[in-house]
Amino acid sequence: MEILGIPIQALAGQLLLGIVNGSFYAMLSLGLAIIFGLLHIANFVHGAQYMVGAFVTWMLLQYLGISYWWALLLAPAVMFCLGVAIEYVFLRRIYELDHFYGLLMTFGLLLMIESIFRYYFGSTGLPYENPLPGGINVGFMFLPYYRAWVVGVSLVVCFGTWFMIERTKLGSYLRASTENPEMVLAFGINVPLLLTLTYGFGVALAGFAGAMAAPITNVSPTMGTHLIIIIFAVVVIGGLGSIMGSIVTGFALGILEGLTKFFFAPASTTLVFVVMVLILFIRPAGLFGKERP
Amino acid sequence: MSEICLSVKGLNAFYGESQALHGIDFDIRRGEVVTLLGRNGAGKSTTLMSIMGLLKNRTGSILFEGEETVSKPANLIARAGIGFCPEHRAIFSSLSVEENLLLPPIVRKGGMSVDEIYALFPNLAERRSSRGTSLSGGEQQMLAIARILRSGSSLLLLDEPTEGLAPIIVKVIGEVIKTIKARGYSILLVEQNYRFAAKLADRHNIVLDGKVVDRFDAVSDAASLDHIKSYLSV
Repeated sequence: MEILGIPIQALAGQLLLGIVNGSFYAMLSLGLAIIFGLLHIANFVHGAQYMVGAFVTWMLLQYLGISYWWALLLAPAVMFCLGVAIEYVFLRRIYELDHFYGLLMTFGLLLMIESIFRYYFGSTGLPYENPLPGGINVGFMFLPYYRAWVVGVSLVVCFGTWFMIERTKLGSYLRASTENPEMVLAFGINVPLLLTLTYGFGVALAGFAGAMAAPITNVSPTMGTHLIIIIFAVVVIGGLGSIMGSIVTGFALGILEGLTKFFFAPASTTLVFVVMVLILFIRPAGLFGKERP
Repeated sequence: MSEICLSVKGLNAFYGESQALHGIDFDIRRGEVVTLLGRNGAGKSTTLMSIMGLLKNRTGSILFEGEETVSKPANLIARAGIGFCPEHRAIFSSLSVEENLLLPPIVRKGGMSVDEIYALFPNLAERRSSRGTSLSGGEQQMLAIARILRSGSSLLLLDEPTEGLAPIIVKVIGEVIKTIKARGYSILLVEQNYRFAAKLADRHNIVLDGKVVDRFDAVSDAASLDHIKSYLSV
């Protein structure tokens, strides 16, 4: 089957791959955006937290025989605790300082965590068995079940998070604290606790994405390294701190990247950054960002 | 004499190295409206920030309903029952009018219900789903007052509620303050507009260079008014 001389199966294949990548971009940039919005920390260790999430999933199966499905709950829970600990021990000491220190500290954490995992597990990567093997022929392409599952779950998680932040009482505390934490504190809300929990939640999201990624990519200490740069670009394009911006941009860039791979593969790795530069020219605050007066 | 609601004694406060308050003394009895009057930079807003715990670097004594709060963090001071309506109102732009109204948690029983608040501020009821900052200045001021009425706080700190508002709106705000006073709230009112404050308050404290330099009971005689005026004019 062809359209305009293009084999539709190949195109659909790249498109699917793009949407799957976009699912990960969206889940990861979402956590990054929430953390940046409330804590003003550019969480450079996010990619490493995604990697640790994948490793926790792998270890649960390897050492404890816990299946993927339980790991999908347990890995984010473990990462939530890890996030809470990192916020409590490290990050809360630097809120009063320039943002640059947050970047330095999380970058340092990234190097440490990655080195530790490289020391113990090497950098070749460990396989993780696909929990949903097989697929279905949908006419114009073959759709592997696991990839469909990734896209579906990612959409649910992203919009669930959006709903929680934009439409619930807890979300109104988060939005208000993002805008004016002092005033929220003066209403009797424990803002420092809110910051801790928010960081934990962002890290749990990264861990969840890591668990989702384990069966697709090799579980390796460097799996988050190249991703984090793209994720930062997604957050910048979407508008720093914008929830919807991160979700939409994550998926859109994944798809765009997939299409580029099909039409002109060499450009696919730089495309994200070209888009970022263009967007910054046209809308410095990002697609969904608010221009500061 | 009725019970003391708030008693501030020898309150010092510091921004970094520089001392902004030099031993502020005053008190508020239950159900009273008490003012802090003074020029720009005299230390009125700083006093409110210190009572609220938003300015952490403070010494002296702040007794609220008999309990010392001078070393407590802001969220616990709010939980004890003090509501803060700051200068420039601090309405949240990412929240709707209703979300702004419902944001402060209920800290005690006895606050006004949402229906009562909407009855007092019909404009807010009409625009409950609008973005908070899409309201006019006057409406934002009403919202800033409204949202601390719900929480059950017994003492309200109002920082220049008439600032930048048209005379007709100032009148409405005055009526609102009378209404909430009648409901038994104690109010600490910071103002530069002393004509406005004179009609509402039971007692006045003149703040100058971080100290309370003079006090007046509810003033009606022209001599006292002139005296207050002399403190406020530049």
